[in-house]
Amino acid sequence: MDALMLARAQFGFTIAFHYLFPPFSIGLGLILVIMESLYYLTQKTLYLEMAKFWTRIFGLVFAIGVATGIVMEFQFGTNWSNYSRFVGDVFGSALAAEGVFAFFLESGFLALLLFGWDRLKRGTHLFSTVMVCFGAHFSAIWIVIANSWQQTPAGYHLVGEGSTLRAQITNFWQLVFNPSSMDRIFHVYMGAWQAGAFAVLSVSAYYLLRGKNQEFAKASLKIALGVACLASLMQLFSGHHSGQIVAQTQPAKLAAYEGHYPALAPADGYLVGWVDEKAGQTHGLAVPGLLSYLISGRFDAPVTGLSAFAPEKRPPVNFVFQTYHAMIAIGISLILISWAGAFLLWRGKLYGSRWFLWVLVFSVLLPQAANQLGWFSAEVGRQPYIVYNLMTTAEGLSKTVTSQEILASLVLFTLIYLLLFVLFIYLLNDKIQNGLHMKVEEGHRA
Amino acid sequence: MNFDYQTLWFILVGVLFMGYAILDGFDLGIGALHLFVKEDRDRRLFLNAIGPIWDGNEVWLVTGGGALFAAFPEVYATVFSGFYLAFMLLLVALIFRAVAIEFRSKQSMGWWRQLWDVSFSVSSIVSSILVGVAMGNIAWGIPLAADHEFAGTFLGLLNPYSLLLGMTTLALFMMHGSIYIVLKTEGALQEKLKGWVKHAIIFFILLYVLTTMATLLFVPHMLTTLQAHPALFIVPVLSVLSIANIPRAISHGRGFMAFLSSCAACISLMTLFGIGMYPNMVFSNPLHENSLTIYNSCSSPKTLQIMTIIAAIGMPLVISYTASIYWIFRGKVKLDANSY
Repeated sequence: MDALMLARAQFGFTIAFHYLFPPFSIGLGLILVIMESLYYLTQKTLYLEMAKFWTRIFGLVFAIGVATGIVMEFQFGTNWSNYSRFVGDVFGSALAAEGVFAFFLESGFLALLLFGWDRLKRGTHLFSTVMVCFGAHFSAIWIVIANSWQQTPAGYHLVGEGSTLRAQITNFWQLVFNPSSMDRIFHVYMGAWQAGAFAVLSVSAYYLLRGKNQEFAKASLKIALGVACLASLMQLFSGHHSGQIVAQTQPAKLAAYEGHYPALAPADGYLVGWVDEKAGQTHGLAVPGLLSYLISGRFDAPVTGLSAFAPEKRPPVNFVFQTYHAMIAIGISLILISWAGAFLLWRGKLYGSRWFLWVLVFSVLLPQAANQLGWFSAEVGRQPYIVYNLMTTAEGLSKTVTSQEILASLVLFTLIYLLLFVLFIYLLNDKIQNGLHMKVEEGHRA
Repeated sequence: MNFDYQTLWFILVGVLFMGYAILDGFDLGIGALHLFVKEDRDRRLFLNAIGPIWDGNEVWLVTGGGALFAAFPEVYATVFSGFYLAFMLLLVALIFRAVAIEFRSKQSMGWWRQLWDVSFSVSSIVSSILVGVAMGNIAWGIPLAADHEFAGTFLGLLNPYSLLLGMTTLALFMMHGSIYIVLKTEGALQEKLKGWVKHAIIFFILLYVLTTMATLLFVPHMLTTLQAHPALFIVPVLSVLSIANIPRAISHGRGFMAFLSSCAACISLMTLFGIGMYPNMVFSNPLHENSLTIYNSCSSPKTLQIMTIIAAIGMPLVISYTASIYWIFRGKVKLDANSY
């Protein structure tokens, strides 16, 4: 493989692995705030136990998130130095704002959250938890703004030419509120809330099935179910709105989502399908005119298709089509699962429905999968550009780094991340099995 | 020297890296000393001395990197791609340090703890050395082409001067860490550690003298600014005074004063490095005209202006809650249910 494909593989792999953790901690952060607020208001020790247990899980998730996150910050410079030169003026300030405003906040108050139970008053500890949750949400804002600028650049002008071409800021607020940033940050938040909520649902359902910690499990489950129902439904609206923004700003990506080829014609919406990229055709089960309707409210409205773009300016269509449709299928099933859970709870049948509790146990994987798939379709859908219509991914690559070097680091990261993942699952399982009533003893951390 | 936005950001990026040296410096130093204590309880005291704060300390590096990206994108791009394998090693070391701290306490098997102890210590040592090697290279000079791209090799980065700076950085952090751990411990362990501080100081002073001589002899361009502005000689004088004050404070039992002196030593040495570099960010060697300066590597004035506003709002907040957190976790380390 050439350096470009290796560098893309490395970035894709390291960001995908990293992105298992931040949504988990953003969503769990919100749930921690709810649990600890309930403790603050009611003073019931049950809520304190819940907050403490989930805080320990949060600490583990956060640690791996930080360890894998620093790799991402370095990688812009190591592997994509031409891109860094081009966007530094625009992208760098968002990244620096993230560090100054969000990372310090998050890591500082995390110390109080994890180690401050006995040192702080209840109210101060709750405040620290709120700050950690706020910091986690805030740090997502800046990185999504930076990424959204790559999708829909705004508030900049171009200076220089050839190898000295640079994008420079003209208006900071246009950069921050670029056409897609607010929609995408909301979409990311809802995905993160789902990831946190379904993780709590999964563990609670597992305890109920095993007959352990019943009271703890029921109370955790109710809180998580509330968040899951809300976030899943909001995600539907958020996704719909994001789609309309993509239609306005990145027509090639939208056409790839639905494998829509005709240059300007009403577009169908597929339930399942397969794109034959050579023939320029999409086969599958479609609702005629659905895409047109979703975009503009009319089934016969014309939508720009892939034929309007030269073949080298199209993203890999089938990959984008499949990841996008899988994300939507999961999104719909998360709505069904969470609302079915709420219905069963309302009828008083939830705790007895063993099959449904098993569904909840495994549902933890779904939001994680949807988050990954959504990013795959968004990022691959932007190809061949690294900054939409301004710079191709190939142009962004570091000139001085050889493919052997990238291969070596890719192998290294793959091994380390595999090790991390195995350890993470092992320790997570250990905490779930024994974490709730662990005895405090010398030589063992509770 | 004109006081412009470029100079301001040269100083501010420097301040962020100084914050990193002062704060994560003692974490790394404690890590480097970790294997010298053998008892599980003592090792846990070491880990928990930095437990609540190391993560926030590392953020100074992350933010320093982000600020470098934003204020001097050419430097960020050239150095990170040029030092590719070295930075990958640094990343691996930082990952292992983070997870070693987190994972060690989770199981009580001897081999498990030994494994993470070694991983914690080795990764701290490697990180310290690599940070120093990177500084050594940008001071000594690396081959740069006219388009600012790195034109050297990985092995070329491992030149004697840079390795010497790597070892000096490790020694500085070990001294700094040994002083911090004396502050956080008590009783017999503390008495033993006080002895270590003296060894660490001697180790550091030896390397510091060597580095100074090597710089005077072989890296004369680091002295130009100093010679042009003799008033700046106050900085090396301060560094010597603060280092000399450390053993004095230790023998008088004033641990906190010793720690402040050690911080002052870190700050004055970094300032000296900054004065030597200014207005260059990366020296080009052999073709000096290709050096990256604060003027040919910076972002637009508009961006520097925006970042100044961000820093003016953000940094007072950061400093105030960092200080509160250190205040809350002041005093000797106690192992409890929430400890590592």
